[in-house]
Amino acid sequence: MRGSARSGAFILLIPAIVFIVLLFVYPFAYGLYLSLTTADGAFSLGNYIRFFTDGRDLRTIWTTLSIAVPITFINVGLAVPFAYYMRRGVRGERIITFFLIVPITLGTVLVSEGMLSYMGPNGWLNQLLIALHLAKDPVRFTHNYLGVVISLGLQGFPYAFLMLLGYVSGISPDLEKASQMLGASRIQTFWKVLFPLMVPGIAISFCLNFVMAFSVFPSAVLLGQPSGPTRVIAIASYQWAFEKFNFNAASAISMIMAAIELLVISIVLVWRSRMYRGVSVVGKG
Amino acid sequence: MKEFERITVKRMTKRFGDRDAVHDFSLEFFRGEFVTFLGPSGCGKSTALNCITGLIPITSGEIFIDDECIDDSRNKVPPEKREFGMVFQNYALFPHLTVYENVAFGLKLRRFPRAEVERKVGEALKLVHLEGYAAKYPTQMSGGEQQRVAIARCIVLEPRLLLLDEPLSNLDAKLRVELRYELKALHERLKVTTIYVTHDQTEALALSDRIVVLKSGRIQQVGSPVDIFSNPANLFVADFVGYKNAWRTTIDSLNETPEGLSARIRVQGSAIEARLPYPEGDPRRLGLVEAFKAGSPVRTAIRPEDIDVGSFPGMNALRCIADLVEYQGHASQVSASFGDSGGERVRVDLRATAPIREGETVEAAIDPGKILLFPEAPDEAAANDAGAAPGRKGRKPKGRVS
Ligand SMILES: Nc1ncnc2c1ncn2[C@@H]1O[C@H](COP(=O)(O)OP(=O)(O)OP(=O)(O)O)[C@@H](O)[C@H]1O
Ligand SMILES: [Mg+2]
Repeated sequence: MRGSARSGAFILLIPAIVFIVLLFVYPFAYGLYLSLTTADGAFSLGNYIRFFTDGRDLRTIWTTLSIAVPITFINVGLAVPFAYYMRRGVRGERIITFFLIVPITLGTVLVSEGMLSYMGPNGWLNQLLIALHLAKDPVRFTHNYLGVVISLGLQGFPYAFLMLLGYVSGISPDLEKASQMLGASRIQTFWKVLFPLMVPGIAISFCLNFVMAFSVFPSAVLLGQPSGPTRVIAIASYQWAFEKFNFNAASAISMIMAAIELLVISIVLVWRSRMYRGVSVVGKG
Repeated sequence: MKEFERITVKRMTKRFGDRDAVHDFSLEFFRGEFVTFLGPSGCGKSTALNCITGLIPITSGEIFIDDECIDDSRNKVPPEKREFGMVFQNYALFPHLTVYENVAFGLKLRRFPRAEVERKVGEALKLVHLEGYAAKYPTQMSGGEQQRVAIARCIVLEPRLLLLDEPLSNLDAKLRVELRYELKALHERLKVTTIYVTHDQTEALALSDRIVVLKSGRIQQVGSPVDIFSNPANLFVADFVGYKNAWRTTIDSLNETPEGLSARIRVQGSAIEARLPYPEGDPRRLGLVEAFKAGSPVRTAIRPEDIDVGSFPGMNALRCIADLVEYQGHASQVSASFGDSGGERVRVDLRATAPIREGETVEAAIDPGKILLFPEAPDEAAANDAGAAPGRKGRKPKGRVS
């Protein structure tokens, strides 16, 4: 009985497994194979050695991290207090949510173009700043580091916020009341009860935000200076693939990207398991 | 910790939208007492409890501990400063902390030295029979165990007032009885002033020094378990503590004596005499005298187990037909009916120890001293027209009039 029930369940899993293999495992394995070979198919570590010895390419790791890490911390760090204050719902929540979802639905390119005109030297943001005497000359918000970071904020914050809001509003209000009845102030309740319970959500949204920011491409090209200060790792990979037509070198850079992302995700997950031991032992309910 | 003699709640009201969830609630709690709020779902028990803790702000009224005002509906001492303890209906244990850390939570906030925290937590866990559970997480425990952790977490802080919101309602029947005994033993031992919320009259009767019966946010009666059980103040309380047979009728004649009333009523042609132990000045007595003078409707309240089943000559005899028999082990719950031939039949709930078959004719008699009469309140009259009056709920009698 048991065996047949199990194999029945396995049959149901087959479509999902095929899907995963075709969509993720195969391209990844093929990319790994490409990265470890030369153009004529011989095994070689040359693609990796070249990346780590080419100063201009190696520097992209640092460039990308210096964009991705701060904006991920900002996005998640802002999302935590916002989600906390909105956990029981506030007036106008729908409108706020609507404006947060708009940048997600519009897509990176449209948001970037919007930013180019609104935040450009003659855009209304600069006109406003000058009219309010907050700035003398137009402030440069685009075609630099700041432009990329702002666009990643517009794109990443809504994800982080909506995800964390789901987490916090799922925490029973009775837990807060219980903590209060035991003598905890609001701040103590936040740090001793709500924050630890938000940790899994914080970890997940940090990972997603980081991966999104680390693999940034369109906004780094459109809003940054892709030749220098915002030459992120994805641009390096793109140039090898479509400017120099060396897919082997491009694959190697992609593999390095994946490795760095995995490394950061593992650090976050270790932090999470340190902070939230409860989840590892949740058996039921 | 500061001791107190009494906690006084004066005219407390909590309004949600345009409805009062708690209305004009005044009560005193004395040190060491076990007081129970009893009432049906939605009557405002939890709201009253949360208002007393300060977890929800009150709309009007005042709360005092002895002479110190802790809430006057504008300024209040925050709940974390009141030194009250509360056990929530769903326990509200912190899922990310072990049993030990849950119980130690309040002690650590109060910056007790580590050794003392350990000692106190150990003692509290022993008190609720959970030694050896310290390292477990709440989700690894059964409902009964979680409930005891929640209690330990409160009593370890030696609260001035312990509030329990339906702590037994999530448990199975057997465990509920066991933990009820434990709660009682715990209260005898610690003598902590306790407010207990329940909708279960058995729990209320078993545990309390005083019971407060609530309906739609209003206090119906405050009294000892014996008082509430045998001397309900109105039809609602009577119905809630197990009086059924709320027959609607008028009083034919009424005799007043200093210690009570004796009334004659007629229910569907059957003459019934009732002796009511309502002393002079009792509002129920005044109400009945008024109802008699005005000829307005009154209602009976008779426990099924107070109706004698078998052949009895003479007084208050009823000839009934058993419509439905529900076997309950030591006795059967019988839904029967009586009445004139041709007229509408009246349903009567009774309990019988002898076997009875459905459709059988049953002779029953009611001791005149076991009948209560209440004037019908205006809202009950309205409810009666809607067919939802107390004593009428449940199954309708089968139309077995032959
Ligand atoms: N936050 C709120 N907003 C609006 N109405 C509320 C709120 N909390 C409670 N009420 C209403 O107040 C009334 C009393 O609720 P309360 O929770 O005190 O009932 P209860 O006696 O504890 O019931 P139960 O036995 O089901 O727990 C109910 O009619 C409920 O709908
Ligand atoms: Mg309740």
